[in-house]
Amino acid sequence: MHDIDRNIINMLQEDFPISDHPYAEVAARVGLTENDLLHRLELLLQDRTLTRFGPMYHAERLGGGLTLAAIAVPEHDFQRVADIVNGFPEVAHNYAREHALNMWFVLATESKDRIGEVLEAIEQQAGYHVYNMPKEEEFFVGLKFEV
Amino acid sequence: MQSLAGLTDQTPFSINSFDPIDRKIVELTQEGLPLTPQPYHAIADQIGIPVSVVKQRMQNMLDSGVIRRIGAVPNHYKLGYTANGMSVWDVPDYMVTDIGQIIGQLAFVSHCYRRPRHLPDWPYNFFVMVHGRSREEVQEKVDQIAATLGPYDRGHTVLYSTAILKKTGLRLRKQE
Repeated sequence: MHDIDRNIINMLQEDFPISDHPYAEVAARVGLTENDLLHRLELLLQDRTLTRFGPMYHAERLGGGLTLAAIAVPEHDFQRVADIVNGFPEVAHNYAREHALNMWFVLATESKDRIGEVLEAIEQQAGYHVYNMPKEEEFFVGLKFEV
Repeated sequence: MQSLAGLTDQTPFSINSFDPIDRKIVELTQEGLPLTPQPYHAIADQIGIPVSVVKQRMQNMLDSGVIRRIGAVPNHYKLGYTANGMSVWDVPDYMVTDIGQIIGQLAFVSHCYRRPRHLPDWPYNFFVMVHGRSREEVQEKVDQIAATLGPYDRGHTVLYSTAILKKTGLRLRKQE
């Protein structure tokens, strides 16, 4: 990766300004013109070095529900259950993991009440117990992935 | 695999649960900030309100934590962090808060949460997402956490992801 891109990525993991010319401000910090920064940022998004750039919203504080849930699925039934889980629009992410609890998914819902309804529906359709693991406390983590 | 952070938490919300201007701003920025020299102006023009209101609203959302931060989300895979382990720990309930504050500071930790146990199947109440360039590197970091916790580590394991089954992120439904 180009050094300039590294600087951009590191810089953009910090707080981006809310101002009239925010890209120009950040560009000046990494020694680029506003145009160059915008262009490189576009490329970094296009080639998926960055998955997104913008505000990151906090679901619960917007009034929605959010939880992490897990199921222990026998290998022979895995695809059927994955299809059921993935079929719910409220399921934002779903990962296979190496463990007896081998399917882990994140639910995001319009209202907090909806979490329970969706989990129940998944449990009924899948035929396996769904372990609900909502976060009870979140701990601060600092800046990551210096490149 | 993406972190759970990128997944940060937008969801379809009901219209009444949320201020309509804030909602518009969320709708217009959830996929990203406009890549134009004056992104906040672009948002303001689309909604038809003054840019000062957009900036103020976004600042308020930052201050209140509705927006965690404005910035870039790197693709861990592309950066070489191809091993991601969800380490889970059984630590005494009365210590979780203190432990979380310490472990969250470790540079390789991207997420750190307290979650409920499900006894007897699931004794773990503390989740720490650890990233590395290999499983060996993740394991070393997990060992480092274990050493930090000392006797408060009453049992732990690491769950490696083997496949992403779905990853759409979360989207606010557009409303007229």
